[in-house]
Amino acid sequence: MQRIGVFVCHCGSNIAATVDVKKVAEMALLEPGVVHAEDYQYMCSEAGQARIQAAIKEKNLTGIVVCSCSPRMHENTFRSAAEKAGLNPYMVEIANIREHCSWIHKDMEEATKKAVILARAAIAKVNLNAPLKPGESLVTKRALVIGGGIAGIQTAIDIADAGYEVDIVEKTPSIGGRMSQLDKTFPTLDCSACILTPKMVEAAAHEKITIYTYSEVEAVSGFVGDFTVDIRKKARYVDSDKCTGCGVCQEKCPSKKSLSEFNRGLNTRSAIYTPFAQAIPNVPVIDTDACIKMKTGKCGICEKVCQAGAIDYQQKDEIVTQKYGAIVVATGFDTIKLDNYDEYAYNQSKDVITSLELERVMNAAGPTKGHLERLSDGKHPKEIVFIQCVGSRCADNRGKSYCSKICCMYTAKHAMLIRDKYPDVNVTVFYIDVRTPGKNFDEFYRRAVEDYGVNYIKGQVGKVIPQPDGKLLVQGADLLDNKQILKEADMVVLATAIEPNPDVRKIATMLTASIDTNNFLTESHAKLRPVESPTAGVFLSGVCQGPKDIPETVAQAGAAAVKAIGLLAKDKLLTNPCTAKSDQLLCNGCSTCANVCPYGAISYEDIEVNDHGIRETRRVAVVNSALCQGCGACTVTCPSGAMDLQGFSNRQIIAEVDAICR
Amino acid sequence: MQELVSRAKELLANGTVERVLGWKAGDLPYNPEPAYFYVEEDFDNFVYNGFCGANLSKYMIEASKMEGKTLVFLKPCDTYSFNQLIKEHRVDREKAYIIGVGCKGKLDIEKAKKAGIKGIESVAGADMSDACDTLTFQTIYGEKTCAYADVMLERCHVCKGKEHVISDEVIGESNDTKDAERFAEVEKIEAMSPEEKFAFFQKELSKCIRCNACRNVCPACSCRKCVFDSTKFDSAQKANVDSFEEKMFHVIRAFHVAGRCTDCGECSRVCPQGIPLHLFNRKFIKDINEFYGEYQAGADTDSRGPLTNFTFDDVEPSIVTERG
Amino acid sequence: MSIENNNEFRPKIVAFCCNWCSYAGADLAGSSRLAYPADVKIIRVPCSCRVNPMFILRAFEKGADGVILCGCHPGDCHYTTGNYYARRRMTLLFSMLDYIGVENGRTRVEWVSAAEGVKFSQTMNEFVEKIHSLGKNVRLGDLRCKN
Repeated sequence: MQRIGVFVCHCGSNIAATVDVKKVAEMALLEPGVVHAEDYQYMCSEAGQARIQAAIKEKNLTGIVVCSCSPRMHENTFRSAAEKAGLNPYMVEIANIREHCSWIHKDMEEATKKAVILARAAIAKVNLNAPLKPGESLVTKRALVIGGGIAGIQTAIDIADAGYEVDIVEKTPSIGGRMSQLDKTFPTLDCSACILTPKMVEAAAHEKITIYTYSEVEAVSGFVGDFTVDIRKKARYVDSDKCTGCGVCQEKCPSKKSLSEFNRGLNTRSAIYTPFAQAIPNVPVIDTDACIKMKTGKCGICEKVCQAGAIDYQQKDEIVTQKYGAIVVATGFDTIKLDNYDEYAYNQSKDVITSLELERVMNAAGPTKGHLERLSDGKHPKEIVFIQCVGSRCADNRGKSYCSKICCMYTAKHAMLIRDKYPDVNVTVFYIDVRTPGKNFDEFYRRAVEDYGVNYIKGQVGKVIPQPDGKLLVQGADLLDNKQILKEADMVVLATAIEPNPDVRKIATMLTASIDTNNFLTESHAKLRPVESPTAGVFLSGVCQGPKDIPETVAQAGAAAVKAIGLLAKDKLLTNPCTAKSDQLLCNGCSTCANVCPYGAISYEDIEVNDHGIRETRRVAVVNSALCQGCGACTVTCPSGAMDLQGFSNRQIIAEVDAICR
Repeated sequence: MQELVSRAKELLANGTVERVLGWKAGDLPYNPEPAYFYVEEDFDNFVYNGFCGANLSKYMIEASKMEGKTLVFLKPCDTYSFNQLIKEHRVDREKAYIIGVGCKGKLDIEKAKKAGIKGIESVAGADMSDACDTLTFQTIYGEKTCAYADVMLERCHVCKGKEHVISDEVIGESNDTKDAERFAEVEKIEAMSPEEKFAFFQKELSKCIRCNACRNVCPACSCRKCVFDSTKFDSAQKANVDSFEEKMFHVIRAFHVAGRCTDCGECSRVCPQGIPLHLFNRKFIKDINEFYGEYQAGADTDSRGPLTNFTFDDVEPSIVTERG
Repeated sequence: MSIENNNEFRPKIVAFCCNWCSYAGADLAGSSRLAYPADVKIIRVPCSCRVNPMFILRAFEKGADGVILCGCHPGDCHYTTGNYYARRRMTLLFSMLDYIGVENGRTRVEWVSAAEGVKFSQTMNEFVEKIHSLGKNVRLGDLRCKN
């Protein structure tokens, strides 16, 4: 029989205000095995832990139940407290009477009754707990960063500076990401390329960093400390070692009609191309859909003009398999498609553009060489209207429910830059709210209004109607003056909502990292573990976790790096001892369990058994506890019930069921 | 039958097999039982006729542990069970010499009794060499006849076919006995109201005396130790005091064999209370076919069973509610 | 603390939640103060695939009026494939329960991610309401009676 102690936490008033904690302790004492029960203000505090430890020693407790917050919060706290008092940490069970009880119920009697039952279930379980001992696994001292934007670059540099090998996998032909497409950055109006390019160069030159551009993660297996990743290096058809980056091939390429991805499709590029001048690596790729040689077999001009002999039409995709201890996801974002927003005439008029397209228009390397002009006729605009929250903060399901966070600031930036460079252009901004939390952000916005005379109108735009003369009629509302507004504009710029890169779903699935309804990766704890995925060994950097601007992204990238470094610095990790175990006397050796094991952790051995005096050779399942992650799929598929999960055994779960239904 | 005996004797004599697993005459003319035959004289008792419904596959689990090969006679439907046991590593193919025997449909003596044929002294018309269209019973009340098909086991009316899916050689002819839809009975229940369904199963399951005959005969219930006899689930046989086990036994048993049950029908055949136990298994088979594509357990030895497989687009459990 | 109003039906509901998504979703519902009836009691399991159909039958037999299983969305399982197996097992089990005449609203599977506190709370509210409409579960406690 166990000797169980029950510790009921008040959590200040978080629990005690709705649950009669004294009653819970009192009722717990009536349960089988319970020899001690007490309540205390804060069980997780040092004093609370000391009480638990004292009780363990004084009453020779063999198991404890802490009725407190979620085990996801403090299970480890109480386990290590118990361990310090000489109790096996796996003899600790938590009854979640906060998140699952006091916080969702208002009626004290009802909440107390439920808390008693939850405690009873945990007591029933701990009665059947057995001490468990974690195993150890080795840590591969190498990190993978998925995504080569500013988030990925910063994370990689920080990890590499700590002395660990880092690989960056970037899908496009160059690192740089969205930031490389920006013209200027708020709130200081630095030139984006000027501050990004040195980082790109630093990453590329770093002896600890390997960059795989034009590559994608194809498969991930393994677990924290020991991931195995297949990386597909797509064929560039250009030998990176030979190419000098002279650019002659791109000049001479006769196929120049492909839309430039980098310039958001606003102009064209050649079939053999580097996305932008400062690309790293400065090695072009051949777009096989556009290349005449690839399509017809004729042409081959790039091969002829290449002095270095770097063109290789026979190149094949290559799979690189590498082991990693930690993986950082930095897959970034894209702007949403505007198909649901026909009222803004984005698809009807070339002069209705997204803010990201405006960045390219304003950029000296962009489609207009940095001149502000209408894309339809090249004319200089006199009236520009900015529409905020296009697809952000959307109440219906046309757009996104969240705030994209960066639009208010970049619109202020655009407005200011335009007014600065072209004082003859009138700029009007329609907004719901102007949100400027951030250092020097509100000052920045006020400068736009006060010093640059940008006309801010609180209200939304209902419609943008292209006029026969090429102008755009903007129908909006001014909520402060309570009037309808009709405004003729030469250009309309849509502050288009951002969303996670669509590929992130695929990557999240491979990593078994969870993802929210908006496809943002979920952090382990919204406040306290914001850069860690709930999947051990997977970290989050940048907008893949939620909308953020460059300074926040860089800060989070550093934070993700620190978490990864903390992992890589360890030589060994303790493994979860809640693994499957096969009872050799019950096992049929039928192989059903191995069929459902996602980790290949189950193998079969022929063993000599002595079953009640009958000696025979039997084929039985053996679980490799280093590989087993403890999902329990095998336990249910096992017809004989030979397979059980330690820490979540059949009997334990049934005991909980019985306790709840009693 | 003589052909089976002489071939068996031959294989024993030339050392191909060490023993023969077949059926021997029982104490009544209609209850032959599985038996081992080692020497020529043993075959005096050998019998193979319409009453040899017993599926010998499961005996091969023990026979696989014996020295040398065992000759086993398998009817077409039995071979599915044998294949399934190979897939689950429960029998050793190398230890078996399989003679696929012809089958003209197996008989359910209870059906004859229900038809008023009692006091049976002997039966004619059920031998392998017979046409198996009419049965003639000598009873203490005189001679009675009936159509063979009227006394056939339920499973033979929905026969899987005449093919032996695994064998070393085949002896004897088989008849086409299928004259009913396999899932008709299940569909009839599905069409009932919840109250009717419940009443039906409550009535049937209340007959159960927990003799375990269904479990013991089932080739899929081949666990070394049944979970119902194990303390690990708190469901061990405790003199029928555990109400959980009492009520849920058949549902749990059906789930345990779901995806592995070949629908051999032995459970219903051996049930002394006449509970149509196959209706549980066949419901799972029907659902599996509908939800995950046609699957016949034991049709091969290496495919993945439906419960150890999945697709991303599998139906959601809410389908049960949705289809009403 | 005897508060039971005998006239009022208070169902017993067992919710199995996988540790990685749904249990966290329930935590989020809690920290967001999204109420649902106290009749729901959660049992934490590592993965939805850990839930043996036997546990569900056991709950019913011991007097549960409803059992719900929550796991990660298909494709998002922490263990890659666990919820796919759970989905098949539960589909077949629920179909079987329906077949033997147990009201099919008493069982439910819902995929709830760690970010879906709102969905968790909504699901539980709906489910409790459904069980209320079905009333007390008698059939699974009474499948085999000898009279």
